Amino acid sequence: MSKTLIDLQNISKSFDGQLILDDLNLYIKENEFITLLGPSGCGKTTTLRIIGGFETPEKGKVIFDGEDITNLPPYKRQLNTVFQKYALFPHMNIKENIAFGLKIKGKTQNYIDDKIKYALKLVNLDGYENRMPDSLSGGQQQRIAIARAIVNEPKVLLLDEPLGALDLKLRQDMQYELIRLKNELGITFIYVTHDQEEALTMSDTIVVMNQGYIQQIGTPEKIYNEPENAFVADFIGDSNIIRSTMVRDKLVNILGVDFECVDTGFGTDKPVDVVIRPEDVILTEINPDDPKGKIQGVVSHLLFKGVHYEMEVQANGFEWHVQSTKCFPVGTLVSIDVDPFNIQIMNKPEFEDEEALKIDE
Amino acid sequence: MFLIALFLYAPIITLIVLSFNSSKTRAKWGGFTTKWYVSLFKNDAIMSALFNTLLIALVASLVSTLIGTIACISIMNLRKKTRSLVMGVTNIPMLNAEIVTGISLMLLFISFNFRFGLGTILLSHITFCIPYVILSVMPRMAQLDPHTYEAALDLGAGPVYGYIKVVLPEIMPGITAGFLMAFTMSIDDFIITHFTKGAGVDTLSTKIYTEVKKGIKPEMYALSTIIFLTVLVLLLLVNYKPADRKKPAGKEQSA
Amino acid sequence: MNKQKRYRKLLGTPYYLWSVFFIIIPLGMVFYYGLTNRNGSLTFENIAAITQPEHIKGLFLALGLSFLSTIICILLSYPLAMILSAMKVSTKSFVVFIFILPMWMNFLLRTMAWQTLLEKNGVINSILSFVGLPALKIINTPSAIVLGMVYNFLPFMVLPLYNCISKIDENVINAARDLGANSFKVFTKIILPLSVPGIISGITMVFIPALTTFVISKLLGGSKILLIGNVIEEEFTQASNWNLGSGLSIVLMIFIIISIIITNIFDKGGESNFL
Repeated sequence: MSKTLIDLQNISKSFDGQLILDDLNLYIKENEFITLLGPSGCGKTTTLRIIGGFETPEKGKVIFDGEDITNLPPYKRQLNTVFQKYALFPHMNIKENIAFGLKIKGKTQNYIDDKIKYALKLVNLDGYENRMPDSLSGGQQQRIAIARAIVNEPKVLLLDEPLGALDLKLRQDMQYELIRLKNELGITFIYVTHDQEEALTMSDTIVVMNQGYIQQIGTPEKIYNEPENAFVADFIGDSNIIRSTMVRDKLVNILGVDFECVDTGFGTDKPVDVVIRPEDVILTEINPDDPKGKIQGVVSHLLFKGVHYEMEVQANGFEWHVQSTKCFPVGTLVSIDVDPFNIQIMNKPEFEDEEALKIDE
Repeated sequence: MFLIALFLYAPIITLIVLSFNSSKTRAKWGGFTTKWYVSLFKNDAIMSALFNTLLIALVASLVSTLIGTIACISIMNLRKKTRSLVMGVTNIPMLNAEIVTGISLMLLFISFNFRFGLGTILLSHITFCIPYVILSVMPRMAQLDPHTYEAALDLGAGPVYGYIKVVLPEIMPGITAGFLMAFTMSIDDFIITHFTKGAGVDTLSTKIYTEVKKGIKPEMYALSTIIFLTVLVLLLLVNYKPADRKKPAGKEQSA
Repeated sequence: MNKQKRYRKLLGTPYYLWSVFFIIIPLGMVFYYGLTNRNGSLTFENIAAITQPEHIKGLFLALGLSFLSTIICILLSYPLAMILSAMKVSTKSFVVFIFILPMWMNFLLRTMAWQTLLEKNGVINSILSFVGLPALKIINTPSAIVLGMVYNFLPFMVLPLYNCISKIDENVINAARDLGANSFKVFTKIILPLSVPGIISGITMVFIPALTTFVISKLLGGSKILLIGNVIEEEFTQASNWNLGSGLSIVLMIFIIISIIITNIFDKGGESNFL
């Protein structure tokens, strides 16, 4: 088990009287790829900026390697940031951009030259020393921004939606690149994004945030398969979130039909939310004259998505979102079933308000 | 198009031609001469006015560029309401009639017992130059990606070093433009100087005004010619320097 | 970071103090003098003095001449700006250069040049009499003043207009053509509305200086034609009646404010920039 590197304790921050972070507690371990994920305005960027030293929290402490750095200015912190839209210095060439931090630290010219070479090689852009930032493509500028940060050998690299400005294909390439970099450098990455796919692909740990609160912390698998509340379930991937009743341990009533499940400890006859991923819904075509299966429904929409088909099925007053490799044309009568371990039970929020925390994108 | 060019240049060409006319009356061409140039340079009053003009323009534009640029940093950080108030006040000298600005400063100097002279001209020029500096620096500052400054801090630069290394080069074109604008505004100003200069102190503009009221002397034509040629050379230098870099593109188009 | 922000705000102190002392207080003094008499007691007679025949004549003449000059400037500038923006990049910069060049010449010398041209024995009349045509009597008439105004302020109308027109996306014009608009329709429905901000800033940059000038009228209008600017100037430099001069200045400022408000009403987008 690696040690804790950054510890955020009871952080609160507001802008113009609006609370952005409310009593946030989070620790980040050494060598971790941790992603802060959430819709815009959830406080993820503010959290990153507090770690980077660009904002000071009103309450709470930032502990870095056992030291309180809450009021330390950014230029005295041992971490570096890769900014949204890169923030390269437009009047300096690539070499000067990368050398910026090293020159301030008073490194020798030889050391700086070696470092530039090493960093450019690392980001696959050797030979670009004398180019100007605006002559580079978005993806290349992105790599330079990373190179500029890592030559300073930070213990932590902060990345603020670094892929946001790139197009889809490039974004996917850069995801692999970032994982490779992280493994080669062996440092901590704190990554901020609103893109759940990015988060799932790259992270060791995902922190899902909404409206200044942490909703769930866990591995990508855990976040995806076992969302703790409706917000997480809704935000991470597609899902069917259905109001149901927990009949007793390992039995849940969904839309009037009892399903076996694996969860326990929710009490008896308690209202709960059930999350079922679209790819976990099993459809079977049935004969109209001989209806069987747990829930019957009719396919109302069909879309071909390449790897799979996406369908909507009207059944028991609910619109089921279904992904399947098999095609069921619109109008087909189908039965719906779900394996017990694919039914995820969530406590219903105590206030209706809390449930209303929807994605505002 | 050609007519408008003629309209714009006819007076200037006339001035140039007359500056070489040896006859004192402009109705007649008395033969080519350069004597008016000689007597112009021997005219102490005009020479000292020229010196005053350049001195005032240089000092006023330097001071207003400094004050204005620093003020921009501050204005950017103001709340929206305070900022629009400040910008409103900044706009006053530009929108108001020069004559009103001139007399208002004159009243100020009289009431506070300033001694009229180079000093009062300088204070007035700085006053109307600062808004032009702010106006040209401000958009540059607003365009600035706030993250580049933060990136500098992030890489270990202190606030002052970060500003000088990263922000200043970015807004430099704005500062240069503001400086040049302030300089030309100051050189060209007549009205405000007219009200804020003391007796005996003259800039080129006020000198020309008194001379012209008395009746135009041929030396004035010589002076106009010299000023026109200086402006022409300066503008050519300024305009064709950046054009050099773009030359390949320009050539392709004209070919 | 918050502390830094406070420091940065403090950097503006020199300018804020400067503008209070050299912009706000002087303006306050104009109002103080304008609203008091020589003994320092409150009065409106300096403002009411605008109704005196010579003052009201000066004001109306200034309004009329500057309005006329502004119209002439628009009429001359519009085709010019359109031709300019249609030009090739290489020729364009040359032509713009040609237009800016005279602007850099000292304003008084430029006006003096016209005096030389228009005088009774001036260059134009010499040429006319040489060809055998009757002499023109323009100098010391309102026409000479309008000519001087147009000459001095024309570039201030051409440049903002040109900036505005050249920024119009060519595809917008193409789209209008595509949708069936002929050249006339393209002009009235697309180019004209889109160039309103340019016209507006052009008007502010021509009308206000023309309205308030006293130099052009003095040099080209002789001593008999007095614009409101000349009246005010004489109150300060010759009559030394600051109260009256300030009172008339307040009236002048009211007209400036009115003209700014009128132009802003026409500029619906509110996007006019003054340079």
